[in-house]
Amino acid sequence: MLQIFAGLATGGIYASLALALVMIYQATHLVNFAQGEMAMFTTYIAWSLINAGMGYWPAFLLTVGVAFVLGVLIERIVIRPVENAPVLAVVVVFIGLLVILNSLAGWIFTYTIKSFPSPFPAELPFGIRLVSPHQLGAIGVTIVVLALLYAFFRFTPLGLAMRASAQNPASSRLVGIRVGWMLALGWGLAAAVGAVAGMMVAPIVYLDPNMMSGTLLYAFAAALLGGIESPGGAVVGGLIVGVLENVLGAFVIGNELKLVVALVVIVGVLLVKPSGVFGKTHVSRV
Amino acid sequence: MTKRTLSILILVLAIACVLPFVLTSYRTFQAALVLVYAIALLGLNILTGYNGQISLGHGAFYAIGAYCAAILMDQAGCPYWATIPVAGAVCLLAGFLFGLPALRLEGLYLALATFALGVSMPQLLKYHLIEKWTGGVQGIVITKPNAPAFLAKAGLALSPDQWLYFFVLAVAVAMFLIGWNLVRGRIGRALIAIRDHHIAAEVMGINTALYKSLAFGVSAMFTGVAGALGAIAVQFVAPDSFNVFLSITLLVGVVVGGLASLSGALYGALFIQFVPNIADELSKAAPWAIFGVFLIGFIYLMPSGVAGAVRLAIERGHHRRSTR
Repeated sequence: MLQIFAGLATGGIYASLALALVMIYQATHLVNFAQGEMAMFTTYIAWSLINAGMGYWPAFLLTVGVAFVLGVLIERIVIRPVENAPVLAVVVVFIGLLVILNSLAGWIFTYTIKSFPSPFPAELPFGIRLVSPHQLGAIGVTIVVLALLYAFFRFTPLGLAMRASAQNPASSRLVGIRVGWMLALGWGLAAAVGAVAGMMVAPIVYLDPNMMSGTLLYAFAAALLGGIESPGGAVVGGLIVGVLENVLGAFVIGNELKLVVALVVIVGVLLVKPSGVFGKTHVSRV
Repeated sequence: MTKRTLSILILVLAIACVLPFVLTSYRTFQAALVLVYAIALLGLNILTGYNGQISLGHGAFYAIGAYCAAILMDQAGCPYWATIPVAGAVCLLAGFLFGLPALRLEGLYLALATFALGVSMPQLLKYHLIEKWTGGVQGIVITKPNAPAFLAKAGLALSPDQWLYFFVLAVAVAMFLIGWNLVRGRIGRALIAIRDHHIAAEVMGINTALYKSLAFGVSAMFTGVAGALGAIAVQFVAPDSFNVFLSITLLVGVVVGGLASLSGALYGALFIQFVPNIADELSKAAPWAIFGVFLIGFIYLMPSGVAGAVRLAIERGHHRRSTR
């Protein structure tokens, strides 16, 4: 039972990173390998802000804003030139981005492991021991982020324009939507969501430049499991992967093989049902 | 192969044979590592460059090859040279098996699956049930081979570093010959056809499934052989030296050297061996920042890599001479 709750909590974090991946996939049909490192880098920014004496929540909001700008800039400067390039070129650029962000973080903030504060109280009221406050808080934050995103895409004109340009860029351009900027906005939003995930996971795994490689893998697994095109699926997938990882890690295979769970989920989903549980199957014309 | 390329090749080989007698033993060791990387890059290039399948997890096959060699030498007392074909065979099988499910994956998804393989490999190697053989986190220490006695009797006394270099050179020449034969003929054309248009290739009667998984297997075999040689050269294997950054290093080498080019493997190997050494003096993080910048820069500015640039320069030279 305890493991299931812990799994739900970490699953919530995977879900938010998976959400970021899904958002970029929806907008560009690309899987961002640098998503984890972007989240890591922005978490370092939050850490510096807090260390400089800022309160947690102001730093949190500021970091989300900085992440948004960073995402937009990366799309404009780095991704734009390879927009129509073959897949290999795009993947290589993502990998390049990954190692640059990773080493920049190491360069600026050093490789020593840092602890990151949790915004939630140390103990729950009423002596509840089933789940730690941070885990509960992380789930709550994930739900809030999901609800905000849903509202944004469903109810605002900008969200509608973004959905339109992802689904049918040519027609969207014809009705006057600036598709290029919609892509950049999508990147910005994804980076912001990733930053939230980074700040939620940092108190658990501690802050170091390589903290995200495992989380990113679980997020991939979650996104694929839920269907790479379905935001709701990404959240469900994240929770499933989180529970699976914790339960299997505790009772079946031990902690050392946890990452292999992600590998098995990824390969398994891609083989059995590449579109994921909630995804649509695509038929392409030859 | 024209007469000119043949003479260039012989010249390069002659220089390669003289190198260990003029370099210090540390430089000789580094040169051996360059050849090891070149073999691994050749393998990755067959898969990514010629067949168009992206692999972000070739470090895993390098690791399997290295562990094969180390375990055989450590547990079974195998002679070092006998471990090379075994490592190659094991990786051929492993690559082929991983290539079978990979058949259904294309482009991005294959990159994802292989990325997962690369990230989770160190954990697999640390698994406690196989610790008896792999040595767990500590890894395995192996001894460096000495030059065989008959060479010394013949009056050619080689230091272990020099002998190792020549051993690696011999394997590298053999592997390059295999690779060259593979890509210049029917099989190579089939691989390229699948890369360029897999439906058209299938219509022309190419068994795409077989060729793609075979390409995966052969590519893993090359990388595994390189891994075994690397383990013997470094005399040590440990799970954390085979992390995902090794796979990324190999990708850097292929992109910088030049996709779909045999000579590119050598340029790429020189790059990934020496550039980090130079950049290390700047900062611990600098090599990776430089790798990343080079990766993106090459994709933007020089997608055919160093090999492509060299080819272009030679062609321009020809052109100028013929028009004069």
